[in-house]
Amino acid sequence: MILAQIEDRPLVEWDWINDNRDVVLAKLLEHAQLTFIAVVVGMIISFPLALWAYRHKRVYPPITAVTGTLYTIPSLALFAMLIPYTGLSVLTAEIGLVSYTLLILIRNIVAGLDAVPSDTKEAALGMGFTQRQLLWRVELPLATPVILAGVRVATVTTIGLVTVAAFIGKGGLGHFILLGFDRLFPTALLLGSLMSLLFAVGMDALLVWTERRVTPWARSRTVVTT
Amino acid sequence: MSEVAISLRNVSKKFSANGGPAAVDDLSLDMNKGETVVLVGPSGCGKTTTMKMINRLIEPTGGSIEVDGTDVLAQDPVELRRNIGYVIQSIGLLPHRTIRENIATVPKLVGWDGGRIDKRIDELVEIFELDREFLKRYPSELSGGQRQRVGVARALAVDPPVMLMDEPFGAVDPIVRERLQDQFLKIQEELKKTIVFVTHDIDEAIKMADRIAILNTGGVIEQYATPEEILREPANNFVKQFVGVERGLKRLALTKVADIGTDEGPVVTSSTSAAEAIKEMERLDFHWASVVDDGELKGWVEHSALKRVTNVSDVEPKPFSAYVTGESTLREALDSIVTSRTQVAVVAIEGQRYKGILTLQRISKEILT
Repeated sequence: MILAQIEDRPLVEWDWINDNRDVVLAKLLEHAQLTFIAVVVGMIISFPLALWAYRHKRVYPPITAVTGTLYTIPSLALFAMLIPYTGLSVLTAEIGLVSYTLLILIRNIVAGLDAVPSDTKEAALGMGFTQRQLLWRVELPLATPVILAGVRVATVTTIGLVTVAAFIGKGGLGHFILLGFDRLFPTALLLGSLMSLLFAVGMDALLVWTERRVTPWARSRTVVTT
Repeated sequence: MSEVAISLRNVSKKFSANGGPAAVDDLSLDMNKGETVVLVGPSGCGKTTTMKMINRLIEPTGGSIEVDGTDVLAQDPVELRRNIGYVIQSIGLLPHRTIRENIATVPKLVGWDGGRIDKRIDELVEIFELDREFLKRYPSELSGGQRQRVGVARALAVDPPVMLMDEPFGAVDPIVRERLQDQFLKIQEELKKTIVFVTHDIDEAIKMADRIAILNTGGVIEQYATPEEILREPANNFVKQFVGVERGLKRLALTKVADIGTDEGPVVTSSTSAAEAIKEMERLDFHWASVVDDGELKGWVEHSALKRVTNVSDVEPKPFSAYVTGESTLREALDSIVTSRTQVAVVAIEGQRYKGILTLQRISKEILT
């Protein structure tokens, strides 16, 4: 019966999209904002934790255990659990979104730092880098590709999760997906899904491009012989 | 006599706090200014550990180390390392920095201004015969040999008086290694740095060292002497075994042709008559003679070729397939002798100027004295 209702309407009603241009734009912006805040805050929390875990291997298992547990909580359940405390707010959405970035980011930062060749580190120390200079001028630059790979996964994951936050009214493009289900309205459903998909693909491409820009050494592999 | 640049006194390193054998136990060693000291020994002999204690990449657990009269253990390790050149086997170039930035690493750490750094890079490019094109490339774009040269150039950037080199030419193929060794020897002749050089390769040690310290397990010094002494009089069985067979041949590699005399050898000029040339060959019991015009080596003529002509100039002198120079080692000369049909090596100096000939007897006499 529901399917029949959907089939009654055309797949895409361009007029509706045109009439709601402002809302579409606003929701896209909200989606971007929620994603951006989540990844940035996630990074701010993950970075010191990852450094700590990198320096002291003992704390790595408990950190991944906690963030891993957060990662396994179903997103809808997490939002629901938070509502009594933080209400239907951006904060509720962000607490959830940030939680999901932590495991990905921490793992990648630690993996990136671990992959820095020990010879390079030893040579740097032997030349007189301080520990701090070693970290900022050698270890982090060399870990950048792996760290950015983590940022990519975290970003794309977050873009997907933001749509779920539509249930608490802070869902960006998820708003249209929810609307589509509520009113059995294919245009909104398609609009919400396709736009969040395109947004995710676009952000991923942007981050790949950024990675190429900031790691020029990783591109050039042709050996010149004399 | 010479000034001591690096002094290790009863130095020990234990890696595990609770007993266990020490990696280096009570080692004392003095190294003179401007001298290349090679630490050589089997793996586990503590040679690398010993070297790394000098710039405190490894902290000694006992004893004292002085560099230029200053106790390194009382110094800030970071400051200390900036004043000691450091080269490791895998080179350790920073992969995310261009060659120029790599060479500029230590100058930047110690706060040189851009102009001074550029000037120094120009000097190093010249000294190491680096291609200027490479400066803006990344290490991954260079061949192993080029990277090694950059690694050594980088270690010399602030002109430190002391250099630590841990198998610096280990990661390249033998032919490139030999070229790098030769180039470095030439550079060191000018720079006169105090160099601590670690290798497991006795031939490299013999080639590079002013003095060799042969280490045994636990950093026990079995012999500390010049390469010549070690080959001539190995202190004990361990040294004898480590140096291996062919001690005589290895000694030949230490002596230059210019250091020993040559024999006269049969010489004719283009204007010599054939009869006289034949007489000259027969006088010295040779069946050929070098053709030398105004001191310049032109080639050689055969006894039989002169039989039917009147002048040496009537036959085209044949080019020597090989001749040795004053800079060649006796080992190379020996190779030339045993591979030539004539059983002698012709010696030319300063390009093509004829000096004389070397025979097997002559070389053998050199080794026996």
